[in-house]
Amino acid sequence: MSVLVVLEQSGGNFHRMGWEAIVAAKELDLPVYAATIGAAGAAASKAVDKVYSIQHADLSAYSADGYTAALEQLIRSINPEYVVFPHTYQVRDYAPKLATRFGCVLVSDAVKLSRTVAARQLFQGKLNADFALPSSGPRFISVQAGAYRGDALGGGSPEVVAFTPELAGGAIRVKAEEPFRESSRAVDLTAAEIIVSVGRGIKEKENIVLVEELAAALGGELAASRPICDNGWLPMERQVGSSGQTVAPKVYIAIGISGAIQHQVGMKGSKTIVAINKDPDAPIFEVADYGIVGDLFEVVPALTEAVKKLKG
Amino acid sequence: MKIVVALKQVPSRDSSLRVPAGGTWIDESDVTYEINEPDAYALEAALQLKELHGGEVIVVCAGPDGAASSIREALAKGADRAIHIQEDKLHQADTLGLATVLAAAIRAESPDLVLTGLQSDDIGSGQTGVVVAELMGLPSATIIMAVEVKDGSIRVKRELEDGWFQHVTLPLPAVLTIQSGINKLRYATLMGIKKAKTKELRKVSAADLGGVPTAQLRCEKVYLPGRAKQTQILEGDARTAAAALADKLKFEVRVI
Repeated sequence: MSVLVVLEQSGGNFHRMGWEAIVAAKELDLPVYAATIGAAGAAASKAVDKVYSIQHADLSAYSADGYTAALEQLIRSINPEYVVFPHTYQVRDYAPKLATRFGCVLVSDAVKLSRTVAARQLFQGKLNADFALPSSGPRFISVQAGAYRGDALGGGSPEVVAFTPELAGGAIRVKAEEPFRESSRAVDLTAAEIIVSVGRGIKEKENIVLVEELAAALGGELAASRPICDNGWLPMERQVGSSGQTVAPKVYIAIGISGAIQHQVGMKGSKTIVAINKDPDAPIFEVADYGIVGDLFEVVPALTEAVKKLKG
Repeated sequence: MKIVVALKQVPSRDSSLRVPAGGTWIDESDVTYEINEPDAYALEAALQLKELHGGEVIVVCAGPDGAASSIREALAKGADRAIHIQEDKLHQADTLGLATVLAAAIRAESPDLVLTGLQSDDIGSGQTGVVVAELMGLPSATIIMAVEVKDGSIRVKRELEDGWFQHVTLPLPAVLTIQSGINKLRYATLMGIKKAKTKELRKVSAADLGGVPTAQLRCEKVYLPGRAKQTQILEGDARTAAAALADKLKFEVRVI
């Protein structure tokens, strides 16, 4: 009986969510093995029982076909009861395929797990659901960003075992080019102490000025959730969330942002979170320290006034 | 080019969600429905590809009778025909179950390209497209921002994390999951709505497609998430609440 945790790395830089997945896997109270595609690197000094380092020339660049074939062979050879992944964009690309190959279903984006039950969110975080896991393994589970604390993982000196999969020629059907970044990131939100962020609730581009005025009054940076940047109302470089920047300011004021998990991932480390939203059930209130349930078109101008008054 | 778009009908974003005591799903009695937002972008991407390269756009949707309104909307926007897989208890199926019936319906069409949204706004497993691809033996790519057709293959722009992107090329046929917000959604025109009434909407039962396999994942309960933090809600009218918040920002958070 064991748990296999599949870590993610690129050029030796390990994704922090991999450590979180190991911490989640330890909840299962079974020997924890880590798998890396490429060198064991930083995984070789973590508190796990063994590291499988999967080596193959065709795996130097990520491909869903290559990773699925290689991990399928590793899983069949060591028969873990559970296979745990960090719920990264890369995992979303191949892990459902891998689970299907075993006739299994991946429990994706889990927020809590035990040997028998995994909890995950429904309706963009508005509800939670407990799912009973299948009675036999392998059970495939991916763990949501931030659901477990990666810094809780201690050090160790696990045995590193090399594993060489057999990959047939032509097995990798998707040809990948080099990753690239589009904007030069002229705005570095990560350095801001105060961030005032705007979401769908603002309704029209013309209304963003209300939030701009509040940001100016507070001396903070203006940011946004994804739909605002998708609409071109604010530049992409002001986007906070899993596809934008991850910020941890002294205070983060979320205006008209419901707080879907993709947004929360980017801001829930903020020291203080303020939410202004008309929907009292919006998930943003789950992480907020202060909240106003109300119409942002009334509350935001009133707040700007009140801030100006206090600043004298 | 023959393109299948798999779309799902989900409760509208602003629906208030109630869970009956001991429930394993929401109370659907006064919920309104809409096309799952990422699927709407997948449909738009398909319609734009058809405008550029010609061909046919076929909508496949699994769901109860009520899902027909979303299918009609897709036809009104310009899809050529639709297949409605009638299944009342869709939320009881798991991803593999849903993908199995979708794959059965799509396989029979032998499309060049299959598009769907990257995730659903209700269950949000974010897997259906990839599992359909695997069941059909097709290559797939996820979280797609742009699609370019080049003879016999497609070059797509994938979104990675932290503002990174990557182009990948896949041989056709292939399955793509489309990111929200990548194009501008069209509205159905009056003419489109009129024409939709004459378009083919074929109903099949899940049983006709071999049935929905029994779910491996069983939902035990649905409940409101616990709060990570104790939120201080500032009460009163907008002025009062705003003044109270400004005070907190000055004296407790100390940013003013």
